[in-house]
Amino acid sequence: MDTSNESAFERVQRARHPQRPYALDIFEHVFTDFKELHGDRRFADDPAIVAGFARIDGTEVAVIGQQKGRDTNQRRHRNFGMPKPEGYRKALRIMKLAEKFSRPIITFVDTPGAYPGIDAEERGQAEAIAYNLREMAHLRVPTIIVVLGEGGSGGALAIGIGDRVLMFENAVYSVISPEGCAAILFKDATRAEKAANSLKLTASDLQALSIIDEIVPETQEWEFSEDSAEEFSANKVTAGLKAVLLRHLRELGKITKEDLLEKRFEKFRAMGKWAGA
Amino acid sequence: MSWFRRDKPKIEGQKDGEDQTVRTEGIFVKCSECDTALYKRELRESNQVCIHCGHHFRLGARERLELLFDEGAYEPLDEEVTSDDPLDFVDSKPYKQRIKEAQEKSGLPEAIISGKGLVGGHKVYAGAMDMSFIGGSMGSAVGEKITRLIERAMKTDGAVIIFSASGGARMQEGTLSLMQMAKISVALARLHDAGLPFISVLTDPTTGGVTASFAMLGDVIIGEPKALIGFAGPRVIEQTIRQKLPKGFQRSEFLLEHGMLDMVVDRREMKDTIVRLLDFMMKKDD
Ligand SMILES: [Zn+2]
Repeated sequence: MDTSNESAFERVQRARHPQRPYALDIFEHVFTDFKELHGDRRFADDPAIVAGFARIDGTEVAVIGQQKGRDTNQRRHRNFGMPKPEGYRKALRIMKLAEKFSRPIITFVDTPGAYPGIDAEERGQAEAIAYNLREMAHLRVPTIIVVLGEGGSGGALAIGIGDRVLMFENAVYSVISPEGCAAILFKDATRAEKAANSLKLTASDLQALSIIDEIVPETQEWEFSEDSAEEFSANKVTAGLKAVLLRHLRELGKITKEDLLEKRFEKFRAMGKWAGA
Repeated sequence: MSWFRRDKPKIEGQKDGEDQTVRTEGIFVKCSECDTALYKRELRESNQVCIHCGHHFRLGARERLELLFDEGAYEPLDEEVTSDDPLDFVDSKPYKQRIKEAQEKSGLPEAIISGKGLVGGHKVYAGAMDMSFIGGSMGSAVGEKITRLIERAMKTDGAVIIFSASGGARMQEGTLSLMQMAKISVALARLHDAGLPFISVLTDPTTGGVTASFAMLGDVIIGEPKALIGFAGPRVIEQTIRQKLPKGFQRSEFLLEHGMLDMVVDRREMKDTIVRLLDFMMKKDD
């Protein structure tokens, strides 16, 4: 469906909607034979990040994503999709496994942000994110990033360095939530709608800014009902995803490891717009 | 001009009377930690550290680089790289105007100043961030300047040193600011692969996207005493968990205790410490 005239804030609401597919839904509907792996081997297993091995059209890949919950218990269990350091460290552990066994990596970004709490700070939330950014830069296997729903700042980026960055039509990716931006810059949290627009966080905005490579179209009709969680249908939203992923996997598979790393570096090197030579 | 002596006894606080405050303005500054009135000149000579209680005042980017480089001499780099307004962003004022005002007020072209020179005889490419420029925030220009610094170091086998002071990514450049975390970290991956040193010094305050990218990627990470360092700001955490934060939380000493810093170093010892580290990390070119 054509949603190009929707306001940025409507897309924020869609990106956050519980009817949207979450990482585990994608693992189940787009991939086969998902086998979940747990823990960072250092402190704990973080349910806000799910990771493991899966197949797509028979090809072995590592899949990783932030995971939200649909009901109250699940939401709490998944910490609203806000990972702690151990979640990011688990994600990197699985990525290194993929590298060791020469399997591509596909990550799914869907988080309001990294968890801002005492325990997360004590265990080095900033370090966990930073380390992933640097290590993902030189993983010697094809890496595809899919912004699935909410791309919440550094907490999203921590699984967001790769050879391709794809984004669902109704996903958003931002340096700060529109509410946070409104509270700080407009001194009024209710002006989130205006902030959403100013932040240029939609897929088409980010494609124009050369931050993402491709928009994954959605076929879902966005008519929400009260009990929308029951009516959830991953197929409608993700029907186009499989073919897109297979195409990129095929393309990336043809590139030598050296070229892959060089191109990944150049991709992020080019990001930003400034004045002066 | 040396009318004062370093070993001058403790100066009494100028607590009573507006008159006194006015008269002493320009000569004294009050330590926000121990309330002692300090001679500005005395403070300058102690690198903006209170000689009574050791409180570290915030230091400007240019002063920071002068303290680092041998004889205070360095060649400024990439000063022409400044902020643009890629999103036509307007909040309480247009971002363009905010940049211009920041430049006028701070006397700096951007939130980071970078330069090259010698530190203990070692070839060093250093950057220093400055809180007085839009809260030391990182936008595209800051990201570009740091990336160039890293690339220059790689070309000539130099070391990279960055003094962070930042509230995080610059909101007015949206996701472009976020991507500077990626851009710099990817460049640091290459520096790391090249076996070249990166020393990260965290000063008060270093939070958000700066901490969650290059600031925590140093081969050696140093904090200045009592500097606020964290991913989330204390207010955001308090709002999330709905309780008061423990005393000393997110200060350098707390991070040291939790294994996140290599050391907490007094600013007056900073240069000697860095030279010692470089001696270990840099190859001797004879
Ligand atoms: Zn003092």
